[in-house]
Amino acid sequence: MDGKWDIIGNEGFEFMGKMNASISHEVKNVLAIINENAGLLEDFTLMAEKGMAIDPERLKGLAGKIQLQVRRADRIIRNMNTFAHSVDETRSKVDLGEVVAFMAALSDRLASMKGIALEVTPPSRPIMITTSPFLVENIIWRCLDFAMAVAGPGKTVVLTADKDDRGARITFSRLEALSHASSPTQFPLDVENALAESLGGQIVVNEGAGEIVLGLPEAVD
Amino acid sequence: MRILLIDDEVELVSTLAERLSFRGIEADWATSGREALEKVAEASYDIAVVDIKMPRIGGIELKRMMAEKYPHMKFIFMTGHGSEEDFRTGSEEAGAAYYLVKPVDIEELMKKLNEVLKR
Repeated sequence: MDGKWDIIGNEGFEFMGKMNASISHEVKNVLAIINENAGLLEDFTLMAEKGMAIDPERLKGLAGKIQLQVRRADRIIRNMNTFAHSVDETRSKVDLGEVVAFMAALSDRLASMKGIALEVTPPSRPIMITTSPFLVENIIWRCLDFAMAVAGPGKTVVLTADKDDRGARITFSRLEALSHASSPTQFPLDVENALAESLGGQIVVNEGAGEIVLGLPEAVD
Repeated sequence: MRILLIDDEVELVSTLAERLSFRGIEADWATSGREALEKVAEASYDIAVVDIKMPRIGGIELKRMMAEKYPHMKFIFMTGHGSEEDFRTGSEEAGAAYYLVKPVDIEELMKKLNEVLKR
């Protein structure tokens, strides 16, 4: 078996690649929509040149749709930037509630491709922990990916961050299928164990409650 | 020529359909595999332009389902990625010439629609 940091390193590249591929796909969709709206404006212009009457409201509507897509692209790129900067520091103070909401937003398209909805329960107050931001994002993704495989299409996976005695925890719930015989098993694997160990945390799968709980300390050593 | 555009981005397929209608092509659209299967059951289409990556029923699977039931139908794939893997799969299913990378050039799409219909 590879050493812990070899596993984490390989997984990190894979995680980074997966998220970037998803982001680039979404940006391509936005560009494709802007392209069609701009093309439609061009078509209207050509029609107007031929003497056809064009309703100004249609033009206004098209401009509005383009602006909407620009705002959508801006959101996607901002998330991409936040994600890229999560490797800046190996240790920093983060609000776990914000990290969970961020990871849900980043994973939303991947969840949607699987026909799964993500629901985040916002914590009532900030949950500050000192940890490795990138590794936390990575382990959240690993847990979420498994949770989605268990839940299956048409289901909702709920992510909840809250404080506990040791620090904080993230619960992935509504995984009733965890107790089904056909459900994917073998979790956590070496990758999740290596990530959890490096973060000073642990993963507990509670089949009866249909939950996966990721525990993290208030401060990693 | 009657075509069905299938992509989970509603604004993309609806706008593309309108632009194709200005060019004399009767184009309907669907935003999911399920909706597309309902449409092809109700009406006859010559060509389906299908996004490869869609939620639930992906483009490749959808093409296989439609081709089995409606062997007269022809297909063009669209993808946002243009990745090696998408290209390989799309080319295997529809032929390398019938694969478009987003954003789609409408004149290129028109050319491919006419080519695929003659095939």
